[in-house]
Amino acid sequence: MPPVSEERKNVLSGNEMIGNFAGEKQLELYRKMLLIRKVDEMLGDASLACELPGPVHLYVGQEAVAVGVCAHLTDRDWLTSTHRGHGHFLAKGGDLSALVAEVFGRDTGICRGRGGSMHVADFSRGIIGANGIVAGGIALAAGAALAAQLERQGQVAVAFFGDGAANQGVLMEALNVGALWKLPLILACENNGFSEFSPTATVTAGRIAERAVPFGVPSHIVDGNDLEAVWRASADAVARARDGHGPSFLEFETYRLRGHMEQEITFLSKPYRTKEEIAEGKRNDPLVRCRNKLVSEKLAMPDELEAIESEVAREVALAKAAAKAAAWPDPHRVAENMFA
Amino acid sequence: MAKKRMIHAINEALAEEMERDPRVILFGEDVETSLFGDTAGLRDRFGPDRVRNTPICEALVTGMAVGAAAAGYRPVCHMMYGNFLYTGFDAIANQAAKLRYMTGGQIAVPLVYMATIGGGKSTAAQHSDSMYPALMNLGGLIVVVPSDPADAKGLLKAAIRDDNPVVFLQAAGRGGEQGEVPAGDHVLALGKADVKRRGQDITIVAIGNMVRHALWAAHELEAAGVDAEVLDPRTLHPLDEDAIIRSVRRTGRMVVVDEAHSSCGAASHISAVAGDLAFDELKAPIRRVTMPDVAMPFSPPLEQALLPGKDDIVRAARSILQYSAMAP
Repeated sequence: MPPVSEERKNVLSGNEMIGNFAGEKQLELYRKMLLIRKVDEMLGDASLACELPGPVHLYVGQEAVAVGVCAHLTDRDWLTSTHRGHGHFLAKGGDLSALVAEVFGRDTGICRGRGGSMHVADFSRGIIGANGIVAGGIALAAGAALAAQLERQGQVAVAFFGDGAANQGVLMEALNVGALWKLPLILACENNGFSEFSPTATVTAGRIAERAVPFGVPSHIVDGNDLEAVWRASADAVARARDGHGPSFLEFETYRLRGHMEQEITFLSKPYRTKEEIAEGKRNDPLVRCRNKLVSEKLAMPDELEAIESEVAREVALAKAAAKAAAWPDPHRVAENMFA
Repeated sequence: MAKKRMIHAINEALAEEMERDPRVILFGEDVETSLFGDTAGLRDRFGPDRVRNTPICEALVTGMAVGAAAAGYRPVCHMMYGNFLYTGFDAIANQAAKLRYMTGGQIAVPLVYMATIGGGKSTAAQHSDSMYPALMNLGGLIVVVPSDPADAKGLLKAAIRDDNPVVFLQAAGRGGEQGEVPAGDHVLALGKADVKRRGQDITIVAIGNMVRHALWAAHELEAAGVDAEVLDPRTLHPLDEDAIIRSVRRTGRMVVVDEAHSSCGAASHISAVAGDLAFDELKAPIRRVTMPDVAMPFSPPLEQALLPGKDDIVRAARSILQYSAMAP
């Protein structure tokens, strides 16, 4: 191999970074998916028990997407997320306790209780943050991608957004500028079947992935509940972006196993999906599929998986207990930090 | 000191700051060719990385400025006409103005949105708004409205160096106007008002384009034996309340002139501040001189009928001077 110049040393290179989807890696990613699942299930229970101050939108059922994509990212890469953002935060390396404390509105939260569930961010890890505005993160990711392009260090920006955001005009604007300027941008659409309480098909014309085609942006439909498929598709997209070949569009087909928001059963006038549909979704649970694969391919023994399960459960319980014991933010400091 | 046009002062501010800091980047619709002349020549000087024409897509570019700022750059996002801030308003109102606060102060968001505002050029209702009241009300933006070339340069340089989102709004149709601009690195403090004319009898607070009308009015009042002070807030948020209160305490009378619509305008807020903090020193009611709540018409006589000007200011000043004379 030719020697790497001093200047190129810190440059992230696409193909060099992909690595293999090896057994050890799969187990690590499974653990992360499990952590995201357990955290959000705990938060869902806490919400129904009226322990949380505001609304909470859970990522349950979509874990393979965040984990599969973020497996290719470093702290120097950028990510923007959605109102359903706990999974992206954790997958990108955000701190569990700081996340949970934030959702509980405590001063020890990652945003000191100022943002809550819809605004979890950690800029030191490239997490520009969850966003309460559907499609609100897309333009921010494009801006971070512009910064990455100017840095010439091989960084990329990933915009996670849902099928609802695919109907916002700013996505078209980002595809246009992204393609025109060859921005290192990955547009990662999580089609989870629902735009809030409206089934996607009732509010969406055409195939979402095809929205990228007229702009010449490579676009793929991926089984978003198959960790390996997500990992492979995003490996290509991230490598392309790192190596200066421009944006990619990935439509991950997944399914939102929980409601748009917890507590929705208390105010919705009628159901928007059937029990059978949810049962069907559960049969395609990404966590179960990942676990079955680990067992069938003998990448993990059942007792090993059980140990992981109880470890993760303990971590989550500790994070919850710490959050509940933590101090509320000081109301005297409410006006701080509007300006730098 | 040298006489310069407003547009050249702005152009100099951009060039000097881009020269000083390689992280300053400029993008927007037609910044390469430059409709107003304020960004002319910058593409040739600083290259295609740092100066980029964008498509017409305000929702994206306003958000890209936030993302680029979060990722360590200092973007200047040229919005052309102020009304186009509305088409890009999600990123301005929901992202730029709040990102630092809602993430617990983790980062600074150093960016500038620049645009022209105001009427008088027959650009009609969708190109003539003075929308700074809406921006002031967001709380998280620094809102700057200069009234002459020297202030335009000094405030824009400060805006680019500031670590917060700043909206820099320059009166449309004033670009060709000349004024003395100090030589060298002329940087003004944001959040500081400026007394444009010293006076003892009445304070006229005027914003942007209205400052020159206020100065003409002060001149006319002088002939009638009234010594008016003209105060230019220059930054509307955060507002230099101290300077306003100091002046009105001294004169006891205040007229506020604002090219924005009357309802919840900057004049309303400034009047309220004076009422809150200087009520005991007021010798007469505060008068607002503003645009009526009517969309800007196209035809010149209609446009002139709406825009506040010298005569309206003189009339407002006289009305409260008379009021004081009648008081026991």
